[in-house]
Amino acid sequence: MSMTVSTDSATGVVSTGPNGAISASGPETKTQIKPYTMNFGPQHPAAHGVLRLVMELNGEVVERCDPHIGLLHRGTEKLIEYKTYIQAVPYFDRLDYVSPMCMEHAYVLGIENLLQIKAPLRAQYIRVLFSEITRILNHILSITTGALDVGAITPALWGFEEREILMEFYERVSGARLHANYFRPGGVAWDIPDGLLDDIWAFTERFPKFMDDLESLLTENRIFKQRTVDIGIVTKEQALDWAFTGPMLRGSGVAWDLRKSQPYEVYDRMEFDVPVGLTGDCWARYLVRMEEMKQSLRIIRQCCKEMPAGPYKIEDRKVSPPPRGEMKRSMEALIHHFKLFTEGFHVPAGETYTAIEAPKGEFGVYLVSDGTNKPYRCKIRAPGFAHLQGLDFMSKGHMLADAVANIASMDIVFGEIDR
Amino acid sequence: MSEQALKELGDVIAAKIGGDVLKVEVKLGELMVTVERPAILAVLTALRDDPDTRFEQLTDITAVDYPDRAERFEVVYQLLSYTHNRRMRVKLATDEDTPVPSAVSVFSAANWFEREAWDLFGVFFENHPDLRRILTDYGFEGHPFRKDFPLTGYVEARYDEDQKRVIYEPVRLTQDFRAFDFLSPWEGMTNVMLPGDEKAALQDGSKKP
Repeated sequence: MSMTVSTDSATGVVSTGPNGAISASGPETKTQIKPYTMNFGPQHPAAHGVLRLVMELNGEVVERCDPHIGLLHRGTEKLIEYKTYIQAVPYFDRLDYVSPMCMEHAYVLGIENLLQIKAPLRAQYIRVLFSEITRILNHILSITTGALDVGAITPALWGFEEREILMEFYERVSGARLHANYFRPGGVAWDIPDGLLDDIWAFTERFPKFMDDLESLLTENRIFKQRTVDIGIVTKEQALDWAFTGPMLRGSGVAWDLRKSQPYEVYDRMEFDVPVGLTGDCWARYLVRMEEMKQSLRIIRQCCKEMPAGPYKIEDRKVSPPPRGEMKRSMEALIHHFKLFTEGFHVPAGETYTAIEAPKGEFGVYLVSDGTNKPYRCKIRAPGFAHLQGLDFMSKGHMLADAVANIASMDIVFGEIDR
Repeated sequence: MSEQALKELGDVIAAKIGGDVLKVEVKLGELMVTVERPAILAVLTALRDDPDTRFEQLTDITAVDYPDRAERFEVVYQLLSYTHNRRMRVKLATDEDTPVPSAVSVFSAANWFEREAWDLFGVFFENHPDLRRILTDYGFEGHPFRKDFPLTGYVEARYDEDQKRVIYEPVRLTQDFRAFDFLSPWEGMTNVMLPGDEKAALQDGSKKP
């Protein structure tokens, strides 16, 4: 039985056929929607910064998506070529400004590789400790603002409170909440202040409660799952082909974490698990990030427990400055200090690619030295850059609102993408 | 990975690829292979698909500018193998005019990496599907990361109240760009004979004129 509806144009009454069926008589109207191009950004709250997307839409379905980046391009790599090795460290805070210390980490490890030095054990522990604090700092922002993009406001409000606590640790150790400038080639700038480890330990006892609250808000939330499950699926092959790393790769089922597979610093002493997603969609990436925060908490606890005593930076005066007290008495120390902060140290000619597992993925620094006190070339390999170019294939065929969910699940920050 | 194992891997790669490999180096525990420019696609495909190498991911493409060389740009490909947990670097040389075959057909990720190298260095990639500028401004001229491009650039943008739009003007510096050269004058003097140095040389030789 055919079920068609016709409205009497004069009366507006639906006429029913003799056998009870609704009869059709009016002309069929079909509307052809032309595909159109839409500009998304560069100032859009869901663009996580200055992202401009030129989207071709068919109705509300994305057919093509062309990200225009570079609006935050500052020429960091060129600026670094004009600075000595130590002067270039603060630039790294300003790349991925959500996880500053991890960026510094890659750079100082690169310099240490060129100089063939190794930081003392205590410095390595401090760096790992703060890398993991940074990871939590980053994932809180990533998850909660991602939730904000798909309609949940509460996680962001709660999450930023926790971030503030973590940034206090940053401030206590380095003097700055965000742009820490704390890691140095051969160690860290200062020793951690008394009592900080106890407070970090207290934080690790309190934080799981926040994680539970966050999970109860999001993980099985019907709306959150509607917006993230089966959205932006990345297969394992695609993830490898498009140079995806970090949670984007693990969300697609590749068990790969540089902290495990190519351990640097003291990660080989740490006990932690690498979470792997099964479905490769936005929800899987969310789950991976949640689990990573719990694993980071484990590493932080191990660092607090095992933190060895000893020097916090290398004793080689050609690389790291002498302490103040020594400078008051020793002419040699004074000269070293003066030379380090004007000329800097000379790095033997060579090149190295050093990568670390940053919260967003593999963050690498390709350093070319020509034997002087300034890098000849410093290429920064940002994970977000590779992820963002995958937005086109991830969003194709999805609704416009799903493209926003994809952007959120990539965890992009324009400081590192545009450099 | 030990230096020895990397050297062996380098030899395996050199044997497989044959005449296109110009140089195999292992430095600071990293493997570098320099290849002929036209062979790059064959090399990348072989490195990706060969079961002994299996470099499945192209981590990065970048360029380094050496203005003194005959072919001034060095294009550097960073590769990562998930199967064997190894990294390596493939390099080739080119200049401003000679195009490099685009690696997009081998690794999709090469698309933006090559656009970036084109934008910042002016390395031209052949058969690239969409070789536009990526990081610099719309309508930007020049390639800013070349060593002969000044750090300050040539133009600066500002909003003009009269014309109600953003305009570009030549860079005006209120203070000269200060390039501090702290390279020690003494370190450059190790092999220079200054007046009077010959006396020290004489003492060593214990020969009198």
